[in-house]
Formats: sequence, structure tokens, C-alpha cells
Amino acid sequence: MEFDPEILARIQFAFTISFHVIFPGFTIGLAAYIATLEVLWLATGHERYHRIARFFTKIFAVSFGMGVVSGIVLSYQFGTNWSPFARLAGNVIGPLIGYEVLTAFFLEATFLGIMLFGWNRVPRGLHVFACVMVAAGTSLSAFWILSANSWMQTPAGYQMIDGVAHPVDWLSIIFNPSFPFRFAHMVTACYLTTAFVVLAVGARYVYAGRYHEDARTMMRMAIGLIAILAPVQAFIGDAHGQNTLKYQPQKIAAIEAHWGETDGVSGGVPLVLFAWPNEATESNDYQIAIPHLGSLILTHSWDGTFKGLKEFAPQDRPPVAIPFFAFRIMVGLGVLMIAIGWLGAYLLWRRRVFESDWYVRPLQYVWPIGFVTILSGWFVTEVGRQPWVVYNVLRTADAVSPVAGWAMATTLALFVLVYAIVFSGGVYYINRLINKGPEGPAVEPPTGVPNRPLASAHEATRAAINAPGE
Amino acid sequence: MDISLGMDGYLPVIWSLLLAVAIAMYVILDGFDLGIGILFPFARSELEKDQMMNSVAPFWDGNETWLILGGGGLLVAFPLAYSIVMPALYLPVIFMLLALVFRGVAFEFRHVADDSRFLWNIAFAAGSTLAAFFQGMLLGGFVQGIKVADNAFAGGPLDWATPFAALCGIAVVAGYALIGSVWLVMKTDGAAARRARAHAKLLLPVVLAFMAVVSLWTPIAFPRIAERWFTTPNLFYLAPLPLVTLLLAWFVWRWLEEGHENLPFFGVIGLFLLGYLGIGISIFPYLIPPSLTVWETAAPPASQVFMLIGTVFMLPVILGYVAFVYWLFRGKVREGEGYH
Repeated sequence: MEFDPEILARIQFAFTISFHVIFPGFTIGLAAYIATLEVLWLATGHERYHRIARFFTKIFAVSFGMGVVSGIVLSYQFGTNWSPFARLAGNVIGPLIGYEVLTAFFLEATFLGIMLFGWNRVPRGLHVFACVMVAAGTSLSAFWILSANSWMQTPAGYQMIDGVAHPVDWLSIIFNPSFPFRFAHMVTACYLTTAFVVLAVGARYVYAGRYHEDARTMMRMAIGLIAILAPVQAFIGDAHGQNTLKYQPQKIAAIEAHWGETDGVSGGVPLVLFAWPNEATESNDYQIAIPHLGSLILTHSWDGTFKGLKEFAPQDRPPVAIPFFAFRIMVGLGVLMIAIGWLGAYLLWRRRVFESDWYVRPLQYVWPIGFVTILSGWFVTEVGRQPWVVYNVLRTADAVSPVAGWAMATTLALFVLVYAIVFSGGVYYINRLINKGPEGPAVEPPTGVPNRPLASAHEATRAAINAPGE
Repeated sequence: MDISLGMDGYLPVIWSLLLAVAIAMYVILDGFDLGIGILFPFARSELEKDQMMNSVAPFWDGNETWLILGGGGLLVAFPLAYSIVMPALYLPVIFMLLALVFRGVAFEFRHVADDSRFLWNIAFAAGSTLAAFFQGMLLGGFVQGIKVADNAFAGGPLDWATPFAALCGIAVVAGYALIGSVWLVMKTDGAAARRARAHAKLLLPVVLAFMAVVSLWTPIAFPRIAERWFTTPNLFYLAPLPLVTLLLAWFVWRWLEEGHENLPFFGVIGLFLLGYLGIGISIFPYLIPPSLTVWETAAPPASQVFMLIGTVFMLPVILGYVAFVYWLFRGKVREGEGYH
């Protein structure tokens, strides 16, 4: 059997990075949430903020541990799967990734240990400070990684010498054209993801009549954040789209399944609600569209136009179906988030939210919504970047390592097997922690402040298993 | 060789030293906790297994983080070398990473599993042993040389799988088992410590034999290495190295015989560093033996300086923290007790 190394390298990377992105996507927001709770605890003295913070710190530890394990793999895969890319872009994005590693190291080495193990060992103020620093550190980590990713989308501040990128201006490299939008969009997405997990956990307890005070606080805080951030995210997303239209018009054309000519009536571009993009006929089957709305959204004018896919050479077009559908999933879930947030805010205002079973009951199951939205957005932007790995500089097909197809196929199968075992274990333990709830017996931390997220996870899971449920 | 000692000349040397420190830290620190996993099947009881695991529990994931610094550092400072080594050693790199993932979670899941504990015992022992073996294969595959054409890997997917690399794989398993056993001599007491001492005395001559075989095999098989060691004046400068190694090994043996508890561990670290130095002498200045040097694979000064600023600031902080954690958890782990 023949294996195509390019496809296999892409599947494998998509698999490992999709698995990885789930965990930082959660811990960035969770760290900020825990820091907020601690600051509130310090400011108001209410014990419930402390209890909720401790509860989520255990979940944070399990998630952070799995983020670390899956992250080690990635730092090697740039070379194992994409060695020509590492060679061409290493001078520029290597240091960005290097700073991310140092940031992570610094964070783990000092403040994370205090955050996880220091509850009874350090003064309250120092613990709050450590949590704030961990939240800042995870965001800083995201800063560097997204800077590297954005540089691949909109490269700047470099020059090519003998087929290798050399840095010219670090500020232009770090703050490349798409970076501010991507960073804002991603960090907001992380906060929303966490808010929906908190909301679902709170709703689960409220519906079951457990942890009365803590559960209501969780729901209130989550609804407040979602009601504000979800619409803000829509504006950030719009600005991000404008930026993409300017620098990566093919990606926008694919997202909109906009082929040009055939669907452009008198200048205005319609908004395609549903269609089956057909790359063979270069048109959409079964299209349902609203005239002029595409123009209005992207150019902010009734008759504005933007380039369709047919205006780009076929070898320069991204695949259409994945960005098209993933974008619709992302936006659809975004709209759902706004609806949940505003409805919740209204019910809070009417003081009816906790009595409204029709609202609370389904909310128990909304925890995955942020993860699905992040993965959809990730697929839009990464598949939309194709056929380039570094936009207009290096094609994905030219970036594949000289590795035999069968070797890639073997390791792909092993990755799937090992990750399935490891991560189902992790999810199982997180679920047990949630079942156990915030009011369980205090877990005695091991002595000292070791550099061990997984150890703390173990402490928490053991507590969960020794006293499962009520 | 022609070295221009401007900025371009110094920076790659500084970076290769930094990388060498990161890898040495990794080999020593993760070496002993992988060694615990290799010795795991020889423990007589679950209590003894707990005692062994508890002796490394607060350290192991900090130890493993040096591996990220190794891989990341290579990409940052020598992107060309990174882009050649990774595809050349594709399979052993991935196998090693997967073995480490498996063993890492086995650490945590074993404590919470009751009926299925024996499965995680197997996962821990097998994961540790395989990770060590593939690290040895990586070393062997690297020392024996990588086929390069036009600044890219030009060999086959199984080029690394040679008898020499397999020998290095087994040698590293033995080496990690040795450093793991002297760690246990230092950090445990009772039956576990006695068994560890017996293991150490068994493993010390085995490891020395492997060092000798590798030291003889490399100059015979690779003329570039023979030239480095056996020409004057190098011969005179380098002759003390094997002599010092033998002397130190004799001391370690004596310390084990005389019942010392801490000295054997530090002696074995010394043996590791001497072996490491020997490999470094055989290879330098090549980063991709036998064709590309550290200068030829270095990132441009703009990249290396940019990263150096952060590293110079952070490395002392990291080292200080490592020292702090080891100081905090000093002392012995007794049967039936742990840090938990």
C-alpha cells in the first residue's frame, strides 16, 4: 500500500495540535477566572470565592498537566513533520517559540507551584499574586505562540537570503499584521470557553440542588461575562475578518464560498447561508443565499465587492468545504453564545434565573460549546491558509519532511492509540472532580512547592476517588 | 578549521555550550528517574515499588522539562540542524516521546488505580525502558552520522537502525539503571536500599564495559573520530580522560563496598559527565556529523542574540529553582511513607 507523506503529515499534525489546543484553550481562561475569584476573595472576604477557586484549581491542575504532555510532542513535530519549514522559517519563528518555552518554564518554576501547593503555606496576598501571575503567564504564552502562528499567516519584518528567512525587524515580526486581531480573538475565545464550562458546572449543581451558594455564584459570574464578551467577540471577529480580507483574500473567498462572476449580481455579493461548494464546477450546489449581505458584512457597503475564488489560480486556492462549514459552525455557535448570555442576563435582572428549569436544565450540557467553537475557528484559519504553510512564501507540499509514508502512518496510529488512552483517563478524572464538587474535604497538599502540575492532579484525583459524589 | 572569531564565530559556540548544558541536565536528572522505571520490575513488593516511585515523585516532571529546552533550543539556535536531525531520526524520536507520555501518566494513574494497578506498573516500567532505549538509539544514530545532500536529510527511514545504535540503546538503559540504583541508595533505606546497592554493584562493571566498547567501536568505525583522539598532540591532552574515568569508577566501587550512601550517586554523575565529554570531543565542532558544523547550521546572529537575552536572564532562575526543590525534598523516603 502507498502512503502519501504530505496528507499523513497534515493529518498527524492536525490531530496532535487539535488535541493540544483544547487544554491551553481552557487553562488560559481558567487561570484568569481563578485569579478573579481570589481577588474577589481578598477584597470581600466571602468564603465562597475561596471555595470555588480551590475547586477549579484542581481542575486546572489536571488540564495543565495534559497540556504539558501534549505540548512536548509539538516542540519536536515542527522538525519531524515539517523540516523544510523549520529550515526556512526557523530563524524567525524559532525565537518566538523559544520565548514561549522560557515563559512556560518561568511560570511553572515559580508561580504555578505556589498556586497549586501553597494554599496553607504562603500568606493570602502572595497566593493571590501568584494566581494573577499564572494568569498573566498563560496569556504571555499565548502571546508568543499566536505571534509565531500569525507570522505564518501574514509574514513581515524579514528578508529571504538563499531561500531562508532572516529577521530584519523583531517588532514587525512579533506584531505582524494579523497578530493583534488573532491574539484578541483567541484570548476572548479562551475566556468564553471557560465561562461556558463554569456555567455548565454551576447549572449542574443548581439543577441538582447541590452547593446552593457556590453554584449560583458560578452561574452569575459566567452569565455576566458571556453577556458582555460574546457580543464583543463578534466585533473582534468582524475586525479580524476585515484584516483577513486585506491580507489573505483567498481565505475569505473560501469561507464565503464566493466563486465570483456567477453569484455576483450587479456588484453586491450575497451571503451564502448554506451550500455544497463544488470545486469541480467552481460553483455552489444547493445554495441558499441572502443578496448583498456578504458585501455588507465584509465591505460594510451595499454594493461592495471582493475577489472570488475564480480570480485566483487553482493551485493558489485553499480547499473550500472545510473553511466554509467550519466558519458557519463557529459563527452559529457564537450567535448561540450571545443568545444564552443575553437571555441569562434578562432572567438575572428579573430574578428568575435559578427557578427557570427550562433555562438551567439544558445549560448543564453546554460545556463543550467553547471547545467546538475554538476548534472550528482553528480549522477555518489553518485550512484557509492552505496551500501555504508560510503565506505566499512556502507551500505546504514543499514543507513536508523527507520521511517515508509508512513511517508516518505507523506513528499516526500510535498517536491515536496513546492519546485516546491518556486523554480519556484525564477527562474521566475531571468529571469525577466535578461530581465531587467544591465542598469536599480539604486535600492536604504535599510538603513544599514542587514543580509538578501532574502531581497536584494526582492529589486531586485521589481525593475525588476516595470520596466520589455524595 | 577556519573560525572567524567575530560575533558570528562566538555565538554558535555559546549556544552549543548552552544546549550541551541543557542536554546534560536532562540526561542526569531524567536519567535517574527513568532508571527507577527500568529497575521497577525487580522490586519485590508493592510497598517497595511505592517507595521507589515516591523517591522521584516531586522531581520527575521538572526533570522532563529539560527535554523541551533541548528540542526548542536546537530549533532556536541551529534551525538547519534541527531540520535535518528530526526527519533523520523520525521514528526513534516519536517512539521516545510516546514512551515518555505513557510513563508520565502511569506515574499519576497508578496511584488512583486499584484493580488495574499492575497494568500501570507495566506501563511505567516499559515506558521508562523504551524511552531510555530510544534515547540511546538517538545518540547512536547521531554519532554514526547523518546523510545530508543540499542541506537536507537524504537518507532512508531506517538509517539509524544499526547494530552500533542498538548497542548505544542498551548502554543507555544500563547507564540509567545504574544512576537510578545509586539514587535509590541515597534516597531510600531498608530492603529497597540494600537491593539497590546490589544492583549498583552489578551494573557498574556492565556500564564500564559498554563505555569501553563504545570508546573502541567509534574510532574503529569512524576515521574522523580516530583522528581526533589518536593523533598528536591530541593524544597527550586526551589520554587522562579514560584514566580519570577508571579511577572514578574504582572509587564508586569502593564507596558502594564501604556503605557510603551519597557519594556513589555523585560519583556516577561524574562518570556520566566524563562519558558525555568524551562524546563531545569525538563530535565537536560537528552538529550534523560528518558534514555540518555548529557554524554552518547556526541561526543568524540577529536570531541568536535576540534569544540569548532571554536565556541569560532565565537560566539562573531555573537552575536556582531546581536546586531549591531538591533541597526542599532532601532526606530519605522510608517504606510506607511518601511526600503525599
